[in-house]
Amino acid sequence: MSDPLLRAVGLTRHFRIGGLLSPKTLHAVDDVDLEIGRGEIVALVGESGSGKSTIARLLARIYRPTSGEIWFEGREITNLRTRRQRLAYASDVPMVFQDPFSSINPAYRISHAIQRGIKLHRRELSREQRRVEALRVLDAVGLVPAEETFRKFPHELSGGQRQRVGFAQALAFRPKLIIADEPVSMLDVSIRVGVLNLMNELRAQQGVSFLYITHDIASARYVADRVLVMYGGHLVEEGPTEDVLARPKHPYTQLLVAAVPDPRAPLGLADAADTGEPPRVVDPSEGCRFAPRCPLAVDICRTVTPVRRELGPGRLAACHLAEPDELKESAA
Amino acid sequence: MAERLLEVRDLRVAYATDGGDVIPVDRVDFDLDRGEFLAIVGESGCGKSTLMYAIARLLGGGLPGEILGGSIQFHGHNMVELSDRQLRHIRWRELSVVMQSAMNALNPVLSIEAQMRDACKAHSTMSNGQIQARSEEVLRLVGIDPIHLKSFPHQLSGGMRQRAMIAMALLFTPDLVIMDEPTSALDVVAQRSLMMQIKQLQEQLGFAVIFVTHDMSLVSHFSDRLVVMYAGQIVELAETRQCFDAPLHPYTQGLLEAFPSIRGEKKHLTGIPGSPPDLRRPPEGCRFAPRCPHVHERCVAGPPPVYDVEGDLVRCVLYDRDREAVNA
Repeated sequence: MSDPLLRAVGLTRHFRIGGLLSPKTLHAVDDVDLEIGRGEIVALVGESGSGKSTIARLLARIYRPTSGEIWFEGREITNLRTRRQRLAYASDVPMVFQDPFSSINPAYRISHAIQRGIKLHRRELSREQRRVEALRVLDAVGLVPAEETFRKFPHELSGGQRQRVGFAQALAFRPKLIIADEPVSMLDVSIRVGVLNLMNELRAQQGVSFLYITHDIASARYVADRVLVMYGGHLVEEGPTEDVLARPKHPYTQLLVAAVPDPRAPLGLADAADTGEPPRVVDPSEGCRFAPRCPLAVDICRTVTPVRRELGPGRLAACHLAEPDELKESAA
Repeated sequence: MAERLLEVRDLRVAYATDGGDVIPVDRVDFDLDRGEFLAIVGESGCGKSTLMYAIARLLGGGLPGEILGGSIQFHGHNMVELSDRQLRHIRWRELSVVMQSAMNALNPVLSIEAQMRDACKAHSTMSNGQIQARSEEVLRLVGIDPIHLKSFPHQLSGGMRQRAMIAMALLFTPDLVIMDEPTSALDVVAQRSLMMQIKQLQEQLGFAVIFVTHDMSLVSHFSDRLVVMYAGQIVELAETRQCFDAPLHPYTQGLLEAFPSIRGEKKHLTGIPGSPPDLRRPPEGCRFAPRCPHVHERCVAGPPPVYDVEGDLVRCVLYDRDREAVNA
């Protein structure tokens, strides 16, 4: 495999919580390795509190990692020295936020929202070139006619349109990887799919990679090539999307897939007993973090933290009991 | 034939705005039987939450919104005409509401116990001992250890807060529980376990549910009937199974095609192009016409009547062949 666009190794982020008298450590992200290839859409899936937004912020350099390294195009970026380097990285890896209603300044026109970023990140452009570029990106995200959108204020746009403005802002930097943190969760069902299609189009036309962060595994299936599943700050499973959803190896992924409401299938009452809650990982001890909820848990799960193992082509899972592909096939 | 619990007729609600009145609920009719689970689905701004607030009489007075006309028959009363004093006897005891965001609906500076006590004191003459016993009982019903009576909302997880809200709504075992997107702040796993629990409680205690949601797939296995709202009007009212297997209104058909499936063939989806109309100036004819793939001249000429298609109601002229309109 060629060199990935972005690679994180042993990425860890802890937060200090509690008062002076009872200092504790919240393990938001623990020892995560991930790779994103050029032109690839990778979905990062997990429940709220699983650490997926923390990963987004680590990769966007909003947080500094407690430990671990992030490599982008073969260069380490956790300790960029100069402002120029930091700006260059920010324009290579912009972020699109969850809430399209609070992420655009309501006092300025869309033209300002987009040209301001260009002014900061692409200083070589003249005033007229900035305008042309802004119109180009508005066109690319489907806000046509671009001239008209250009003059509008955010309140004149619907939620779906505002989210497209978010993508246009990111696109104006000529990015290589867009980190989209739950970009559709605040949108109405009827327009969500339009934004998902947009990600696919941008990848095809502009060659941008995406890290698509979501709790909706069905939408991950719709756009992503590969899926990463997080639980309690750990990456518990990864692999090609279709493969993972068809044959999930980790019991948590199995639970997640089974929980998706599917009007086309009968209701599975048998596997609905789970009433567990995702953990807040504060000063954890050894052991699998999913063990308290896991229907298959055995003694070793509570004492030894499972490591990610390769279980098939591109398939990894962190579970003591998960079996590799070959074993299953030879047994069958 | 089941006993009728609620009858909503010709209900209209208005919000006053600078640009004129907005009518988010426009001539809505529906019935609810005792013990029935009715889901109201639609996009944001379609009037589904306003409809629910109107039924619970949470509009008017100092609050925004005003009921312009129509009737809401519940337990032999017309809810529209009741005074605040009369409403107090009905609220919580016969009808309760579970709000969308439990973090905002619960008081952050009072323990769960204190909030339950408040509700009991305001609506009954129960003694402190009785209140204590009942509070513990309802928490157990929703699967929370009664030890959490002493907890404050921030000490509970999102799922538990939502369960505590439902427990409070059940303090007096009302006949009707109205739920406004109780699961929307939860993730899929917690969402499904809460839905299962609501259904189980409903079967156990026999209350009726009006469940407001924007996620149609969520209620597919739980609701008996489905109301689909678009731009302030009911566009389709059908048995849930029927609605999923053979949706009639083009909007319902669009909604069902709009979300990706976790199983089966992976196909390209288009969603519904465009966005809902501005309710200050709703379109003359069918309100869905600007987004509808089947639109023709009749759709824009005038508002479409409601047709009865084998028991399902649909507001669309596609179904006018050999059928009489149900009401004009």
